[in-house]
Amino acid sequence: MKLRSAIYLASATLAFAALTFASTLPSGAADKIDPVADAKAFQKFFTDKFPKVKYEDFVNGPYSMNEDLHRQWQEKEQFPPYEFSLEMGKEMFSKPFKNGKTYEDCFPNKGIGIRQNYPYFDEKEGKVITLELALNRCREANGEPPYSYVKDEMAALTAYMAFTSRGKPMDIKIPDDPRALAAYENGKEYFYTRRGQLNFSCATCHVQSPGERIRAEILAPALGIVNAMPIYRSEWSGMGTTSRRFTTCNSQIRGVPLSPQDDEYRNVEYFLSYVSNGLPISGPGARP
Amino acid sequence: MTDHSLTKSAKLPAFMLALMIGAFASTGAAQAQSAAAEGQKLAFDRSKGNCLTCHVIKGGNLPGSLGPELIDIKSKYPNRADLVAIITDETLRNPLTVMPPFGRNRILTEKEIEAVVDFLQTL
Repeated sequence: MKLRSAIYLASATLAFAALTFASTLPSGAADKIDPVADAKAFQKFFTDKFPKVKYEDFVNGPYSMNEDLHRQWQEKEQFPPYEFSLEMGKEMFSKPFKNGKTYEDCFPNKGIGIRQNYPYFDEKEGKVITLELALNRCREANGEPPYSYVKDEMAALTAYMAFTSRGKPMDIKIPDDPRALAAYENGKEYFYTRRGQLNFSCATCHVQSPGERIRAEILAPALGIVNAMPIYRSEWSGMGTTSRRFTTCNSQIRGVPLSPQDDEYRNVEYFLSYVSNGLPISGPGARP
Repeated sequence: MTDHSLTKSAKLPAFMLALMIGAFASTGAAQAQSAAAEGQKLAFDRSKGNCLTCHVIKGGNLPGSLGPELIDIKSKYPNRADLVAIITDETLRNPLTVMPPFGRNRILTEKEIEAVVDFLQTL
């Protein structure tokens, strides 16, 4: 009983802390949802914090944070560790399904150079559609079983689609639909809410602390972080999708991860991509 | 609660008591030393204090840089209760802190926090 009430008390305090945190944010848009102002403030926060980092370089995560690392990254790009995944994705992408159709048939412009438009808000469905979700829906519509959102096949497909879109500025739109605005706001709220036994929000590490080290790792800035997805991580000895990144982040803070492509994760990706609008797609990326 | 947890909670105090008797039997100095050593173990353990993830600490490898270096703690925080409070829940003093609330979220027990403080005071 005692333990239970302690837990209730703890969660009440947590909720209070989250509220306090939210109200101290320099948003100025507390009473109305204003994505345009949010994105401007978000980008300014990072450019003020890192005046020496070239703007397009934010998409290179920890490698943008200091010169030594930047050099390491340039060397890595000579023999990129994601190359195998990229080849695999390219092959998968044009290989016909059992019914003779291919992924090309599911996407605008045959799926080439369109990464920057994902996620988008589907007004028919009233929900956010990410690239990973669209790929699995394409498979299912053609009678193929969906892939795991956190494994190599999905990483390979998204790696190829990102690669054909490299350099295109992220271009996420929020249609004039209250549900789209609500999805954006919900994603923003998730991003700034502390959770898990360690009491971290996404922002604790990727807004408050980018460039700092946790043990030997350098935290990436949230600005442009999605532009580099999917990523090869040395720590994982393999590729990771956006879904893998979100779920492992939640586990690392000793929280309970949501299911990949849960509405809330889709909304976070929508928010995070929107505030990175204008920055080039750089995926697939390589990370320490 | 279930019978199972009752037996468990009855056993725990007995175990603690045995531990405490053992502790009282040793000399004061040795006691402080072993508490500090235990605290260091907790501070460096990734599943426990994991202080090295964010703080430079003498004797620890691959420290992070999120928090300040833990040095001269005794002169910076002469009052032991301040250290206990920071580890227990630093968000009470600073809502924006990155530091996890080790006590509030039960990452460390009160006893473990005391041991970590013993260790910090040797730095």
